[in-house]
Amino acid sequence: MTDAEAATIARASIDAAAPGFGVYVHWPFCLSKCPYCDFNSHVRHAAIDEARFVRAFCSEIAHAAARAPGRTVSTIFFGGGTPSLMAPQTAGAILDAIARHWPIAPDVEVTLEANPTSVEATRFRALRAAGVNRVSLGVQSLDDAALAQLGRLHSAREALEAVAVARETFERFSFDLIYARPEQTPDAWRTELDRALDENSEHLSLYQLTIEADTPFATLHAAGKLRIPDPDAARALYDATQEVTAARGLPAYEVSNHARPGAECRHNLIYWRYGEYAGVGPGAHGRLQVDRARIATATEKHPERWLLRVESRGHGLVVEETLSREEQADELLLMGLRLTEGIDPARFAATAGRPLDASRIADLCAQHLLEIDDCGRLRVTPAGFPLLDAVVADLAA
Amino acid sequence: MTAVPIENVRNFAIIAHIDHGKSTLADRLIQLTGGLPEREMVEQVLDSMDIERERGITIKAQTVRLSYRARDGKDYVLNLIDTPGHVDFAYEVNRSLAACEGSLLVVDASQGVEAQTLANVYQAIDNNHEIVPVLNKIDLPAAEPAKVKQQIEDVIGLDASHAVEISAKTGLNVPEVLEAIVTRLPPPKGDRDAPLKALLVDSWYDAYLGVIVLIRIVDGTLKPHQRIRLMGTHASYEIDRVGVFTPKMQDAEVLGPGEIGFLTASIKEVADTRVGDTITDERKPVAEPLPGFRPAIPVVFCGLFPADAADFEALRAAVSRLRLNDASFTYEMETSAALGFGFRCGFLGLLHLEIVQERLEREFNLNLIATAPSVIYKMRLTNGEEIEIHNPVDMPDVVRIAEIREPWIRATILTPDEYLGGVLKLCQDRRGEQADLNYVGSRAMVIYDLPLNEVVFDFYDRLKSVSKGYASFDYHLTDFRPADLVKMSILVNGEPVDALSMLVHKARAEVRGRAMCEKLKELIPPHMFQIPIQAAIGAKIIARETVRALRKDVTAKCYGGDVTRKRKLLDKQKEGKKRMRQFGKVEIPQEAFIAALKVDV
Repeated sequence: MTDAEAATIARASIDAAAPGFGVYVHWPFCLSKCPYCDFNSHVRHAAIDEARFVRAFCSEIAHAAARAPGRTVSTIFFGGGTPSLMAPQTAGAILDAIARHWPIAPDVEVTLEANPTSVEATRFRALRAAGVNRVSLGVQSLDDAALAQLGRLHSAREALEAVAVARETFERFSFDLIYARPEQTPDAWRTELDRALDENSEHLSLYQLTIEADTPFATLHAAGKLRIPDPDAARALYDATQEVTAARGLPAYEVSNHARPGAECRHNLIYWRYGEYAGVGPGAHGRLQVDRARIATATEKHPERWLLRVESRGHGLVVEETLSREEQADELLLMGLRLTEGIDPARFAATAGRPLDASRIADLCAQHLLEIDDCGRLRVTPAGFPLLDAVVADLAA
Repeated sequence: MTAVPIENVRNFAIIAHIDHGKSTLADRLIQLTGGLPEREMVEQVLDSMDIERERGITIKAQTVRLSYRARDGKDYVLNLIDTPGHVDFAYEVNRSLAACEGSLLVVDASQGVEAQTLANVYQAIDNNHEIVPVLNKIDLPAAEPAKVKQQIEDVIGLDASHAVEISAKTGLNVPEVLEAIVTRLPPPKGDRDAPLKALLVDSWYDAYLGVIVLIRIVDGTLKPHQRIRLMGTHASYEIDRVGVFTPKMQDAEVLGPGEIGFLTASIKEVADTRVGDTITDERKPVAEPLPGFRPAIPVVFCGLFPADAADFEALRAAVSRLRLNDASFTYEMETSAALGFGFRCGFLGLLHLEIVQERLEREFNLNLIATAPSVIYKMRLTNGEEIEIHNPVDMPDVVRIAEIREPWIRATILTPDEYLGGVLKLCQDRRGEQADLNYVGSRAMVIYDLPLNEVVFDFYDRLKSVSKGYASFDYHLTDFRPADLVKMSILVNGEPVDALSMLVHKARAEVRGRAMCEKLKELIPPHMFQIPIQAAIGAKIIARETVRALRKDVTAKCYGGDVTRKRKLLDKQKEGKKRMRQFGKVEIPQEAFIAALKVDV
């Protein structure tokens, strides 16, 4: 079977049915907080009572399963924080709890985010034994100076060693890099990216550095002590990324995600295809279909408060609201257009109760930012992707 | 309450630069004479509109009657008139001053005489006022009373040796101000037995009482049930109530000569009561009205459109409500290709425009877009027809126009000597013709004839900036003169934006066009495509700028949790877009319409 055939089969299998049902598990602890990160992560100096967390995760899983019973779980994703800091038996216990409440698809994808350090790499085998079959490594850079600036605790060499262990241990793996870093030139980035592609990973996540509010980087940036590339330079870096990855067989399938055709992260595809997913753990979000309503859920973010909440109520939900058709339609658009495959305009119309504005579509198509493919799907063009937020705002207005 | 003996009445105004303490002094005088119980005192009692309090501008004249037992043991009635304080309302100020015999000139002892004060002092002198200089803020370490007194003598030519030195804030010496009013200002003159003759000082609309008219009785008396006639409009009414402000409204049986008070007479609209009109007895009218009556004529026009087209009916209701209380403001419906339905409105000047717009937005909760201000143009067409145009959109094809005439004003500008050069250059740049230049103390007084068109376009802001705020400015319309005017259009992405088109002098078109394009370039956010901005006269492009296309605008990371946050951001973007106007494919923010017209040329 050629790659192209495999891709066709894979696409047919994911496109044919609903996007599937995913379970997101949030592990909120890190060894240290990276200065650019605004995710829900916390540093604890005392040992974490993992057994107690496992019991709370099990309660929340039971609660979610009662809310959305009978789904077949097609993907599970351990995100964080740093879930690779979990004891492997913690991950195993959580997977067991999921399997007790929902049927599990035979080809289930179980991803875990991991730091590429030698310590964590030693747990990979045990994590594999617990049921994890895909890892996503937070390599972030292959340049030691950049790693230090990003506040990462590993070196480039250590990261590449962890990548090697991951390759041996798991069926599938991916790693992340952050680009558009201060002073980064397109040439330097091409070289770094080429080196990363030499690792022969089936999947790469390549994020432009974003200054998020309330992070140390935001403070430095506001004080003029951290300079990031201006829009022109950032665009040049983005264009270089597309060019290099496409040439090496890992084209973008989403704004920042690249894969060999068929090797896309199926869990994240559920988000982007605006499918159904349960979120468990502190600060996890979910989207569930309950009767005819689409429910948005979110849990308490703070780990210990989440724990107490789950222990007293059986779940840590702080948000559980029905989304209006317009809100659902906005989310469908926001997420779906991030994918190169785009969205089905008929699905948008069915969700919103109204079609997309044809004249806006025509305008954006005339500007070569949007196109309608042979199957009638509406998708953003390569020229449109760098301006995606503006395109979506225009369509949604 | 009965009429007081005329020799115990004093009518006075307070003249002061903004922030020199006029309102604080008025508050103190009210407190000292027991006009309001302590618990009802708020700061700046007389400025009843929020906008007045915030901007420190008095828009409507207000009055308060103070009862004062002087050191001579006699009881006096002191009527304080608080006047509007801006050039747009110069006529209203003049009428308020005409209702008084004297003024307090309040000068900040740490700042000295400032420009704004001058025009009003000269108006007071023109009205034969006795003037008592008051030095305020003498408690401040920076106060220099001796120097400021000298300045008053040099600049204004008033004897300042008996100036009262006070601190309105602490109340220091404020009682001396009351004594000075009694002893140094003359009582009004008037004949109680003569036919009624009263000055209409101002009027406003009250939801319960209808129009309330502020008046100064010159001769005769005014009582309920009396039939009166307004000599300017020839309308007659029967008086319902007469009375005074303490500052609360208090009914009186009669108002006599020299008194200042109010009347109500089932008058429906403020427009029926023109400031400066003469009120007389219907059965026993005077032969001659009081001098100086001049109907308010709007001289500046602009379109006001609701930002959200759905608010048009609300805007219609709001302008008609506002007009009830402000007869100098006019409106008629207007349709714009770009902005939809709105109103073409006329104003006394640019500040008046801003105030009306702000009141509409604030009191009626409307979001408005104002188009380029314009003046009235008289055009003679080739077929002999004469038309008036106050909207560039209505301008006929050039080949049909035989002649355009534009309004000119005579401007009087007082400025400290060191800014004279800048002021002269500004007037010269604005096509001004110098009529006179001389000195008043160390200040230069320049008189210029200027096209009003050049004045409505940020002249006042420029004057303030070239003179660091020291120049004062007053003007009146003189005549219409032939003008070499062209219609300049602004094209955004190749499409003309009618709301930004304007009539400009041919020689000034290029400079102004370039400035407009540069400003719009700053104000229009980058789009997904590049946007040319052009200024054109007919088909000829005279200036061009380009808004560069967006280069990158995409969220790098977006997963399951982020979708909620991202959706909320999208909601904000949608809100923002509602504040934009769509011209073809381009969205122009509302503030661009006003800001583009304030460009510095």
